[in-house]
Amino acid sequence: MTMKAHTDKTYDAQLDDLRNKLLTLGGKVETEIAVAMRGLQERDSKLAEQVIAADREVNRLEVDIDEACRRLLVLRQPAASDLRFITTALKIVVDLERIGDLAVNIAERALDLNQSPPLKPVHDLGKLAELCQKQVRGALDAFVDGDVSMAEQVIKDDDLVDSLYHNLFNELLALMMEDSRNIRRANSLLFVAKHLERLGDHATNVAEMVIYMVRGTDVRHPGSRTSKSAPPTP
Amino acid sequence: MSESAQPDGIKIDVKNLDAWFRGTQALRNVSLSVPKNTVLAIIGPSGCGKSTFVRCINRMHELVPGATQTGKVFVDGKDLHARGVDPVDLRRRVGMVFQRPNPFPTMSIYENVAAGLKLNGIGGDHKQLVEKSLRQAALWDEVKDRLQSSALSLSGGQQQRLCIARALAIGPEVLLMDEPASALDPIATAKIEELIHELREALTIVIVTHNMQQAARVSDSTAFFYLGELIEHGPTERIFTNPREPRTEDYVTGKFG
Repeated sequence: MTMKAHTDKTYDAQLDDLRNKLLTLGGKVETEIAVAMRGLQERDSKLAEQVIAADREVNRLEVDIDEACRRLLVLRQPAASDLRFITTALKIVVDLERIGDLAVNIAERALDLNQSPPLKPVHDLGKLAELCQKQVRGALDAFVDGDVSMAEQVIKDDDLVDSLYHNLFNELLALMMEDSRNIRRANSLLFVAKHLERLGDHATNVAEMVIYMVRGTDVRHPGSRTSKSAPPTP
Repeated sequence: MSESAQPDGIKIDVKNLDAWFRGTQALRNVSLSVPKNTVLAIIGPSGCGKSTFVRCINRMHELVPGATQTGKVFVDGKDLHARGVDPVDLRRRVGMVFQRPNPFPTMSIYENVAAGLKLNGIGGDHKQLVEKSLRQAALWDEVKDRLQSSALSLSGGQQQRLCIARALAIGPEVLLMDEPASALDPIATAKIEELIHELREALTIVIVTHNMQQAARVSDSTAFFYLGELIEHGPTERIFTNPREPRTEDYVTGKFG
């Protein structure tokens, strides 16, 4: 992407404003995940409540960003890198908001789990949370810096997330089979793990869109492109 | 006549074209080709050579005093400057529509369209040909009851479509359009654009436009000119979503000047 300014400076200001809103949103959902996990691990229901309350702001930002994108599309009829940036914004805002929702789901599970005595610690859950947070942070950094290799790393990490999730699944299943009194709590933890894994998927979506934004090539679902009659090439 | 070795389906082939107005070079080593039945849009800032390029395709450039050119332009594989090429006959095959509608002011609507037929000594049923051309130009329904009215009684958009009908009447194979819709309102513009989509079935079209959305809408390929140079030429969708040249990127995103 060129660092050159637009001839119309207000266009630049509007694009910057959109970028800043996305970063604010990204920062908020990142915090939500971290706080929700602390609420769970430190058995602190106040923290979990905070996450649930903070989600309202995330939703408001989502609406704001949608509106900013629509305004730019209709008023500027953007092309090339601007078009790719704005269409990327429109798509990743959905993923970011979903990540926020999943953090809220984790917080709700934490509230529930904090009512009962702790289950024996499940180590991989902390690891999974760390990795998923790393994915979200990586996807956002890749977006800010237009960093394709960072985005590729996020996509790669998703395999690790999936295998950690499967380990956890087996571990929690074993706990349930061991003692039926574990079922409720283990099931809740399994939900937390699933939420984390889903959240990683959304971070992966963001990373894929960042690659599109920078390179103009769609890396999602390889081989699914419909080959249309190509316009003439010189 | 010299033939150029080229694949079938190429209607216009430009090779190493340089053009000057006295001391000023307007085009620098431009090469590009336009396949048959496609629309090429030419974009670029004022003075980049867009119009000059188009005027070299029907040998109108050389009508300007002091204008010269080197390089070759082929239409259907035939060199436009080969011996024996009659520029008048060429301009019959390669029609042109300009920015400002320029109907013959003293003639009626009918006479405007028939004028080209008469001038070119084209026989046959003129009445029928006039109607066909006016229909092709999507003007027939609006003027069929007043064909004898002055061409100047039409609105700007109608006049422009009249000029297109006049150009179509003599059966061109190529239509050059130099900013054909820049003086028109959005509805008239949409009509011209729809017309371009339809004409593409029968003709090869080169359109110069300052309106990038228009270029994106009507063309198959887009060429970006800057300071007389062809900077980038490619499929329109790619030029507007993911251009390869930074200068194209700057121009289509509005980062010039």
